[in-house]
Amino acid sequence: MFRIDFNKLRFLVCDDNPHMRRILRTLLHSFGAREVYEAEDGATALEMYSHYVPDIVITDWAMPIFDGLELAQMIRQPESKGNPYAPIIMLTGHSEKRRVTVARDAGVTEFLAKPISAKGLYQRILNVVANPRPFIKTKTYFGPDRRRNTNSAYMGPERRVGEKHEVLQQPSLLDKARSTI
Amino acid sequence: MAKNSAKDIEVKAFATHQVITQPNPLRKVLRRVEEKDLDDPVGRAEQALARLSGEFKDWMVIEVQRLSAAWTAVQKDGFTKKLRDELFHAAHDIKGDAATFGFPSAAGVAESLCRVIEHAPDLEKVPAELFTHHINAILAIVHENTRLDRISVSAELSRRLRKVADDYLAHVNRDRPEHLEVILAPSIAPAE
Repeated sequence: MFRIDFNKLRFLVCDDNPHMRRILRTLLHSFGAREVYEAEDGATALEMYSHYVPDIVITDWAMPIFDGLELAQMIRQPESKGNPYAPIIMLTGHSEKRRVTVARDAGVTEFLAKPISAKGLYQRILNVVANPRPFIKTKTYFGPDRRRNTNSAYMGPERRVGEKHEVLQQPSLLDKARSTI
Repeated sequence: MAKNSAKDIEVKAFATHQVITQPNPLRKVLRRVEEKDLDDPVGRAEQALARLSGEFKDWMVIEVQRLSAAWTAVQKDGFTKKLRDELFHAAHDIKGDAATFGFPSAAGVAESLCRVIEHAPDLEKVPAELFTHHINAILAIVHENTRLDRISVSAELSRRLRKVADDYLAHVNRDRPEHLEVILAPSIAPAE
């Protein structure tokens, strides 16, 4: 069994809503965290990120100046002097599939839809602490591996070039349907 | 603690991408313990949240006042980008916070309102009643929620408003498939 020493972790919480920041602070302190820094907009969060070098960032999506998505993109700059690898947990009221995909593609490590729960937050923190994913760098993406499941038998069109299986072009279902008409 | 030095970072280059691995920089905070020594951080946090809950009603009233003020401003000056954003953010915050504050039905109504603001092709053409019904419903839920007999009424109100809003959105987006797809898609984000 594992336990997280929260008192050794440094958190940066970014949310423009003071009530949500208070709830997050309460939860993190209850888990045992001592160092919780707070920002109410993306610009302040980025400044604090460089200054305090947090271990984990928890950010809202919708915020003034620049939002949580832009914050994630600014942190995930592979050539930056700061740490581009810190886990980012996006805590947001947005819960549509499209939004989750956009957050993932911005380099967000974990996604937690509001309403927040102690259990949900703890599980996301445990996941980023105990099961970090490798980072992937492509022309258009830098961030944690977006494929969480390893399936060596997968031969679909989205397998990365150069790994065990090369890209296999498959006709789309639409093309298949057309060809049978 | 969060960053490994460059020499610890291993980069494997492939044709279209690089895979970057490094020793887990947070491994030092994980401690193996006997089961009997496990504490209950989640339980502790839930207790702390329960102690904080005495303030939730006041917080909710503040959130609702903000929504109400945003709508008053829209009624006065129309849907400028600034006022549209303020109305959306006020509703969006209630969508995210209200269930935590003990007002799940208000969260449902606020979500419905967010969908109208986000997906209506022209906000000026949305019947004003659709907005006022949503906002008045949230106000009523927050002010009446302490009475148990109102809770089922709140849930029913929330459900019906969502139905009306969804029917409206489906109609006005009938020629906008990308919006229609989002409107009809279920939420997939894990809440737990």
